[in-house]
Amino acid sequence: MGVINRRGGSFVIHIDPILCDGYGHCHELAPEDITIDEWGYPVVVAQNIPLKNHQAYEAAKYAERGCPRQAIRVEKIAPTA
Amino acid sequence: MKPNELPRLLRSGPQRALTQREFEELYPRTKTLSPLDELKASGLTGRGGAAFETFRKVDLIRQQHGHRKVMVVNCMEGEPASHKDKTLASLNPHLILDGARALATMIGAHRVIVCVERDSKRTINAFTAALGELNDSHITFELQTPPGRYVAGEESALIHWLNSFESLPQYRAKRPYIPHIGRHVAMVDNAETCANVSIISRFGAGWFRSLGTPQSPGSQLVSVTGAVERPVVLEVSLGTTLRDILSAAHADLDPQAILLGGYGGTFIKPEHLDVAYDHASLSAIGATLGPGIIVVIPKSACGLAETQRIVKWMANESARQCGPCAFGLPALSQDLHELTYSTRSSATTLLRLKERSGIINGRGACKHPDGVIRLIASALEVFSNDVAAHSKGRTCGNERRAEHYATVPRLENEKDLVWE
Repeated sequence: MGVINRRGGSFVIHIDPILCDGYGHCHELAPEDITIDEWGYPVVVAQNIPLKNHQAYEAAKYAERGCPRQAIRVEKIAPTA
Repeated sequence: MKPNELPRLLRSGPQRALTQREFEELYPRTKTLSPLDELKASGLTGRGGAAFETFRKVDLIRQQHGHRKVMVVNCMEGEPASHKDKTLASLNPHLILDGARALATMIGAHRVIVCVERDSKRTINAFTAALGELNDSHITFELQTPPGRYVAGEESALIHWLNSFESLPQYRAKRPYIPHIGRHVAMVDNAETCANVSIISRFGAGWFRSLGTPQSPGSQLVSVTGAVERPVVLEVSLGTTLRDILSAAHADLDPQAILLGGYGGTFIKPEHLDVAYDHASLSAIGATLGPGIIVVIPKSACGLAETQRIVKWMANESARQCGPCAFGLPALSQDLHELTYSTRSSATTLLRLKERSGIINGRGACKHPDGVIRLIASALEVFSNDVAAHSKGRTCGNERRAEHYATVPRLENEKDLVWE
């Protein structure tokens, strides 16, 4: 985390919509990052969440690990310039 | 051939496709050109709908060192309103094959795969005959016939079919996406794009740019359907006004709306009839050229009913891989159906339709749902008077007429539709 965090990087949540089967675990694990639509499929609430929001990042990592279809990928983005 | 003369692409022999000898006479190699430089100077954009610059694609594939390359010609054309690739292939197949050969030489490929939808027999026959006349010792040509579905012509779905015989679009996490067939790098280009490359490699970029506008050079094949005498495929210079195209197609010149860019495109109002048909002018009014489709919706039709039929068909054509598309599109279709045909107030349905459109947008692996959302959004805007009346339960009555203008194929068994 170190360097990116201190400089104020952010992270993005990618969901592979083909793999996703709507188990809903991600919403349970990271309710502030991911909501679900009326059919039970995840909707990523905000992209480019700052890594300073440690709670959101931890939750997203839990969702990544907790997805039964391994459809979630959390990607760190270094700050631009 | 003169530089600013139409048709450039749609030329045929008497009552049949051009043979190779006739093709070589009509399109002579004028001088020694470097095809890659000419392609760069020509500014040709892909004619399959996305309008990506062809040279940049070629350059991207050329940079994939250490891989064998395969050239794929996409002549699938799953849009029911589009006939341009099939027409071009059945009139002038050698032009497409020659362009594919030029592109294959540029990227260093030794294999060309021509993909034609399984059901279009005439196109397959034209290609089979043309491939029989070719004698090329360096490049092997093969013809593949994937099943004809709307999503089957999408780039990743086509590549997936060539790999494993399933016409399913794929999720592409990395951009730019480099398609692979086995371990070989593939370049997929639309048939009309190949035809244009052939012309550029034979006559040069300056010749090619003598038609069209500086930003969108060249000519474009346009399929005009709807309120026309009969559906036609025209070759127009980019930058022609829509009114000229419609009058050349003998279409209704006082329409209610025009659908541009096919089933994933946008409706535009008739006051935009004098807008030039090129990328810059159309994007200024929020429309896209798409794969060159114009559907004329006359005043006697109900725009909402036409939209509903299209959306219903598109929902059924979904590959049903991604939840938002598999469940969302049927829901949108049902909302639209209620809005169009219900004689009670359906204001809440309209709200729900808009809300659902916002949620579904951008959440599929391919752009199939996004196209439907774009179509619905433009329909709600262009037919806003109708929408207001219909949502209060005052239907216009035209929605029950038997004739329809968007040529949506009949669903084979409407009761067996999978609504999941």
